[in-house]
Amino acid sequence: MQVEVRVKLKDQVLDPQGEAIRRVLCNLGYEEVGQVRVGKLMLLEVAGEDPELLRARVEEAARELLANPVIEDFEVRLP
Amino acid sequence: MTDGARRSRVAVVIFPGSNCDRDALGAVEAVGGEAVPVWHQSRDLQRCGAVILPGGFSYGDYLRAGAMAAHSPIMKAVRRHAEQGGAVLGICNGFQMLLEVGLLPGAMLMNRSLRFICRDVFLRVERTDLALLRTLSVGQVLRLPIAHKEGNWFADPAVVREVESGGAVAFRYCDAGGQVRPDANPNGALQGIAGLVNRDGNVLGMMPHPERRVARLLGGEDGRALVRALVEAA
Repeated sequence: MQVEVRVKLKDQVLDPQGEAIRRVLCNLGYEEVGQVRVGKLMLLEVAGEDPELLRARVEEAARELLANPVIEDFEVRLP
Repeated sequence: MTDGARRSRVAVVIFPGSNCDRDALGAVEAVGGEAVPVWHQSRDLQRCGAVILPGGFSYGDYLRAGAMAAHSPIMKAVRRHAEQGGAVLGICNGFQMLLEVGLLPGAMLMNRSLRFICRDVFLRVERTDLALLRTLSVGQVLRLPIAHKEGNWFADPAVVREVESGGAVAFRYCDAGGQVRPDANPNGALQGIAGLVNRDGNVLGMMPHPERRVARLLGGEDGRALVRALVEAA
Protein backbone atom coordinates (compact mmCIF):
# COMPACT_ATOMS: atom_id res chain seq x y z
CA MET A 1 0.00 0.00 0.00
CA GLN A 2 1.33 3.46 -0.79
CA VAL A 3 1.24 5.75 2.22
CA GLU A 4 1.77 9.49 1.93
CA VAL A 5 3.67 11.41 4.58
CA ARG A 6 3.35 15.17 4.24
CA VAL A 7 5.88 17.17 6.25
CA LYS A 8 5.62 20.94 6.53
CA LEU A 9 7.18 23.65 8.64
CA LYS A 10 5.02 24.60 11.61
CA ASP A 11 2.87 27.67 11.03
CA GLN A 12 4.86 29.78 13.50
CA VAL A 13 8.18 28.96 11.75
CA LEU A 14 9.27 31.45 9.08
CA ASP A 15 9.74 29.88 5.67
CA PRO A 16 12.18 32.08 3.71
CA GLN A 17 12.10 29.64 0.79
CA GLY A 18 8.33 29.98 0.47
CA GLU A 19 8.66 33.74 0.70
CA ALA A 20 11.27 33.79 -2.12
CA ILE A 21 8.94 31.70 -4.30
CA ARG A 22 6.04 34.04 -3.56
CA ARG A 23 8.10 37.05 -4.64
CA VAL A 24 9.05 35.43 -7.95
CA LEU A 25 5.44 34.37 -8.57
CA CYS A 26 4.43 37.97 -7.92
CA ASN A 27 7.04 39.20 -10.44
CA LEU A 28 5.61 36.74 -12.99
CA GLY A 29 2.19 38.30 -12.58
CA TYR A 30 0.63 35.86 -10.12
CA GLU A 31 -0.27 38.69 -7.80
CA GLU A 32 -3.18 36.79 -6.31
CA VAL A 33 -0.79 34.42 -4.52
CA GLY A 34 -0.65 35.36 -0.85
CA GLN A 35 1.55 33.04 1.17
CA VAL A 36 3.71 30.15 -0.05
CA ARG A 37 4.88 27.39 2.29
CA VAL A 38 7.28 24.69 1.10
CA GLY A 39 7.00 21.17 2.51
CA LYS A 40 8.02 17.63 1.67
CA LEU A 41 5.94 14.79 0.29
CA MET A 42 7.22 11.28 0.97
CA LEU A 43 5.61 8.22 -0.60
CA LEU A 44 6.21 5.04 1.37
CA GLU A 45 5.44 1.64 -0.09
CA VAL A 46 4.42 -0.30 3.01
CA ALA A 47 3.48 -3.98 3.41
CA GLY A 48 0.42 -4.73 5.53
CA GLU A 49 -3.36 -5.08 5.46
CA ASP A 50 -4.64 -3.46 8.65
CA PRO A 51 -4.92 0.28 7.91
CA GLU A 52 -4.99 1.30 11.58
CA LEU A 53 -1.85 -0.67 12.38
CA LEU A 54 -0.18 0.67 9.26
CA ARG A 55 -1.03 4.24 10.12
CA ALA A 56 0.31 3.80 13.65
CA ARG A 57 3.60 2.38 12.34
CA VAL A 58 4.11 5.14 9.78
CA GLU A 59 3.26 7.82 12.36
CA GLU A 60 5.86 6.29 14.65
CA ALA A 61 8.42 6.41 11.81
CA ALA A 62 7.51 10.04 11.11
CA ARG A 63 8.06 10.98 14.75
CA GLU A 64 11.34 9.08 14.94
CA LEU A 65 12.90 10.21 11.65
CA LEU A 66 10.80 11.75 8.88
CA ALA A 67 9.83 14.97 10.68
CA ASN A 68 11.61 17.06 13.32
CA PRO A 69 8.95 17.97 15.90
CA VAL A 70 10.79 21.16 16.87
CA ILE A 71 10.12 22.79 13.51
CA GLU A 72 7.82 20.50 11.53
CA ASP A 73 4.31 19.02 11.52
CA PHE A 74 3.42 15.91 9.60
CA GLU A 75 0.33 14.23 8.28
CA VAL A 76 -0.04 10.57 7.25
CA ARG A 77 -2.51 9.75 4.46
CA LEU A 78 -3.62 6.26 3.48
CA PRO A 79 -5.31 5.57 0.14
CA MET B 1 54.40 16.13 25.93
CA THR B 2 57.16 14.04 27.48
CA ASP B 3 58.05 10.64 26.11
CA GLY B 4 56.00 7.85 27.58
CA ALA B 5 53.24 10.11 28.90
CA ARG B 6 49.86 8.93 27.63
CA ARG B 7 48.21 11.47 25.42
CA SER B 8 44.49 12.14 25.77
CA ARG B 9 42.53 10.21 23.16
CA VAL B 10 39.91 12.11 21.20
CA ALA B 11 37.61 10.28 18.78
CA VAL B 12 36.70 12.01 15.52
CA VAL B 13 33.65 10.28 14.07
CA ILE B 14 33.66 9.97 10.29
CA PHE B 15 30.32 9.75 8.50
CA PRO B 16 29.81 9.30 4.77
CA GLY B 17 29.95 12.92 3.62
CA SER B 18 32.02 14.30 6.51
CA ASN B 19 34.55 16.76 5.13
CA CYS B 20 36.09 18.39 8.20
CA ASP B 21 37.23 15.14 9.79
CA ARG B 22 40.86 15.56 8.68
CA ASP B 23 41.00 19.12 9.98
CA ALA B 24 39.57 17.90 13.31
CA LEU B 25 42.10 15.05 13.53
CA GLY B 26 44.92 17.47 12.73
CA ALA B 27 43.69 20.05 15.24
CA VAL B 28 43.62 17.49 18.07
CA GLU B 29 47.18 16.41 17.25
CA ALA B 30 48.28 20.06 16.96
CA VAL B 31 47.42 20.68 20.61
CA GLY B 32 49.03 17.46 21.86
CA GLY B 33 46.10 15.02 21.83
CA GLU B 34 45.91 11.63 20.19
CA ALA B 35 43.32 11.80 17.44
CA VAL B 36 41.45 8.56 16.76
CA PRO B 37 39.35 8.28 13.60
CA VAL B 38 36.16 6.28 14.29
CA TRP B 39 33.90 5.09 11.46
CA HIS B 40 30.18 5.80 11.98
CA GLN B 41 29.29 2.08 11.71
CA SER B 42 31.46 1.36 14.74
CA ARG B 43 29.68 0.75 18.02
CA ASP B 44 32.31 1.95 20.46
CA LEU B 45 34.53 4.94 20.97
CA GLN B 46 37.78 3.00 21.36
CA ARG B 47 38.56 4.21 24.90
CA CYS B 48 38.49 7.85 23.90
CA GLY B 49 37.73 10.39 26.61
CA ALA B 50 36.25 12.96 24.25
CA VAL B 51 34.45 12.96 20.91
CA ILE B 52 34.30 15.35 17.98
CA LEU B 53 31.38 15.16 15.56
CA PRO B 54 32.94 16.99 12.62
CA GLY B 55 31.47 19.20 9.95
CA GLY B 56 30.47 18.21 6.46
CA PHE B 57 27.41 16.91 4.67
CA SER B 58 26.74 13.56 6.29
CA TYR B 59 24.42 11.49 4.08
CA GLY B 60 24.36 14.39 1.62
CA ASP B 61 22.18 16.39 4.04
CA TYR B 62 19.28 14.19 2.86
CA LEU B 63 16.00 14.70 4.71
CA ARG B 64 17.44 17.30 7.15
CA ALA B 65 21.06 18.19 7.93
CA GLY B 66 22.30 15.67 10.51
CA ALA B 67 19.04 13.69 10.63
CA MET B 68 20.37 10.47 9.11
CA ALA B 69 23.69 10.59 10.98
CA ALA B 70 21.72 10.91 14.22
CA HIS B 71 20.63 7.30 13.68
CA SER B 72 24.08 5.89 12.85
CA PRO B 73 25.27 2.98 15.06
CA ILE B 74 28.04 5.12 16.64
CA MET B 75 25.51 7.65 17.92
CA LYS B 76 24.31 5.22 20.59
CA ALA B 77 27.86 5.15 21.96
CA VAL B 78 28.14 8.94 21.68
CA ARG B 79 24.88 9.34 23.61
CA ARG B 80 26.05 6.92 26.33
CA HIS B 81 29.39 8.74 26.54
CA ALA B 82 27.57 12.09 26.88
CA GLU B 83 25.16 10.78 29.50
CA GLN B 84 28.09 9.54 31.57
CA GLY B 85 29.58 13.04 31.53
CA GLY B 86 32.05 12.53 28.66
CA ALA B 87 33.03 15.53 26.58
CA VAL B 88 31.43 15.94 23.14
CA LEU B 89 32.09 18.73 20.64
CA GLY B 90 29.81 18.98 17.61
CA ILE B 91 31.01 21.37 14.92
CA CYS B 92 28.69 22.61 12.15
CA ASN B 93 27.11 19.39 10.80
CA GLY B 94 28.10 17.83 14.14
CA PHE B 95 26.10 20.53 15.96
CA GLN B 96 23.14 19.75 13.68
CA MET B 97 23.46 16.08 14.69
CA LEU B 98 23.47 16.97 18.41
CA LEU B 99 20.20 18.86 17.87
CA GLU B 100 18.71 15.96 15.90
CA VAL B 101 19.55 13.42 18.64
CA GLY B 102 18.22 15.78 21.30
CA LEU B 103 21.47 16.19 23.25
CA LEU B 104 21.07 19.94 22.67
CA PRO B 105 17.78 21.88 22.33
CA GLY B 106 16.23 23.40 19.21
CA ALA B 107 16.65 22.79 15.48
CA MET B 108 18.35 24.38 12.48
CA LEU B 109 16.42 26.16 9.76
CA MET B 110 17.78 27.27 6.42
CA ASN B 111 19.79 30.51 6.66
CA ARG B 112 17.61 33.62 6.45
CA SER B 113 19.36 34.57 3.17
CA LEU B 114 18.72 31.06 1.71
CA ARG B 115 22.41 31.06 0.84
CA PHE B 116 25.31 28.87 1.81
CA ILE B 117 27.56 31.23 3.76
CA CYS B 118 31.32 30.67 3.81
CA ARG B 119 33.20 33.46 5.56
CA ASP B 120 34.71 34.54 8.86
CA VAL B 121 32.43 35.68 11.68
CA PHE B 122 33.05 37.06 15.16
CA LEU B 123 31.82 35.23 18.24
CA ARG B 124 31.46 36.47 21.77
CA VAL B 125 32.27 33.96 24.50
CA GLU B 126 29.37 33.81 26.96
CA ARG B 127 30.60 31.25 29.50
CA THR B 128 33.92 29.92 30.71
CA ASP B 129 32.94 28.07 33.89
CA LEU B 130 32.92 24.69 32.11
CA ALA B 131 35.79 22.37 31.28
CA LEU B 132 35.10 22.73 27.56
CA LEU B 133 35.30 26.54 27.69
CA ARG B 134 37.77 27.15 30.50
CA THR B 135 40.62 28.10 28.17
CA LEU B 136 38.60 31.17 27.05
CA SER B 137 37.54 34.32 28.88
CA VAL B 138 34.06 35.81 29.17
CA GLY B 139 33.44 38.50 26.57
CA GLN B 140 36.44 37.39 24.53
CA VAL B 141 35.88 37.78 20.79
CA LEU B 142 36.92 34.91 18.51
CA ARG B 143 37.23 35.15 14.75
CA LEU B 144 36.30 31.82 13.16
CA PRO B 145 34.98 30.71 9.78
CA ILE B 146 31.45 29.47 9.15
CA ALA B 147 30.45 27.33 6.18
CA HIS B 148 26.82 26.26 6.23
CA LYS B 149 23.36 26.69 4.76
CA GLU B 150 21.39 25.47 7.79
CA GLY B 151 22.66 27.43 10.77
CA ASN B 152 19.58 29.44 11.62
CA TRP B 153 18.98 28.14 15.13
CA PHE B 154 15.32 27.96 16.11
CA ALA B 155 13.26 26.81 19.07
CA ASP B 156 9.82 27.71 20.40
CA PRO B 157 9.67 30.63 22.85
CA ALA B 158 9.50 28.43 25.97
CA VAL B 159 12.69 26.61 24.96
CA VAL B 160 14.42 29.91 24.09
CA ARG B 161 13.60 31.21 27.58
CA GLU B 162 14.92 28.00 29.13
CA VAL B 163 18.13 28.20 27.08
CA GLU B 164 18.71 31.80 28.18
CA SER B 165 17.82 31.36 31.84
CA GLY B 166 19.75 28.10 32.08
CA GLY B 167 22.95 29.60 30.68
CA ALA B 168 23.05 27.23 27.71
CA VAL B 169 24.49 29.82 25.32
CA ALA B 170 28.23 29.34 24.81
CA PHE B 171 28.75 31.72 21.87
CA ARG B 172 26.84 34.49 20.10
CA TYR B 173 27.54 36.12 16.76
CA CYS B 174 28.87 39.64 17.32
CA ASP B 175 30.78 42.41 15.58
CA ALA B 176 34.56 42.83 15.78
CA GLY B 177 34.11 44.84 18.99
CA GLY B 178 32.08 42.13 20.71
CA GLN B 179 28.66 43.77 20.32
CA VAL B 180 25.85 41.31 19.63
CA ARG B 181 23.86 43.02 16.88
CA PRO B 182 21.32 41.87 14.30
CA ASP B 183 23.62 42.91 11.44
CA ALA B 184 26.43 40.76 12.88
CA ASN B 185 24.18 37.69 12.78
CA PRO B 186 24.99 35.87 9.54
CA ASN B 187 22.13 33.38 9.39
CA GLY B 188 19.16 34.62 11.45
CA ALA B 189 19.76 32.35 14.48
CA LEU B 190 17.49 33.34 17.39
CA GLN B 191 19.28 35.39 20.06
CA GLY B 192 22.37 35.36 17.81
CA ILE B 193 23.14 31.87 19.07
CA ALA B 194 26.25 30.35 17.48
CA GLY B 195 26.97 27.69 20.10
CA LEU B 196 25.13 25.88 22.91
CA VAL B 197 26.06 23.69 25.85
CA ASN B 198 23.88 21.14 27.60
CA ARG B 199 22.86 21.46 31.24
CA ASP B 200 25.80 19.40 32.53
CA GLY B 201 28.21 21.40 30.40
CA ASN B 202 29.90 18.41 28.77
CA VAL B 203 28.22 18.64 25.35
CA LEU B 204 29.07 21.65 23.19
CA GLY B 205 27.68 22.36 19.73
CA MET B 206 28.76 25.26 17.52
CA MET B 207 28.33 26.32 13.89
CA PRO B 208 31.74 28.06 13.47
CA HIS B 209 34.83 25.93 12.85
CA PRO B 210 37.53 26.12 15.56
CA GLU B 211 39.39 23.16 13.99
CA ARG B 212 40.14 25.28 10.91
CA ARG B 213 41.96 27.90 12.98
CA VAL B 214 44.72 26.20 14.90
CA ALA B 215 47.72 27.56 12.98
CA ARG B 216 48.76 30.98 11.80
CA LEU B 217 49.57 29.54 8.40
CA LEU B 218 45.90 28.55 8.03
CA GLY B 219 44.51 31.98 8.84
CA GLY B 220 44.77 32.21 12.60
CA GLU B 221 44.82 30.46 15.94
CA ASP B 222 41.50 31.56 17.43
CA GLY B 223 40.23 27.98 17.53
CA ARG B 224 43.25 26.52 19.25
CA ALA B 225 42.27 27.16 22.88
CA LEU B 226 38.88 25.50 22.36
CA VAL B 227 40.40 22.37 20.86
CA ARG B 228 42.94 22.32 23.71
CA ALA B 229 40.13 22.49 26.27
CA LEU B 230 38.49 19.47 24.64
CA VAL B 231 41.74 17.48 24.63
CA GLU B 232 42.34 18.37 28.29
CA ALA B 233 38.78 17.25 29.12
CA ALA B 234 39.37 13.85 27.48
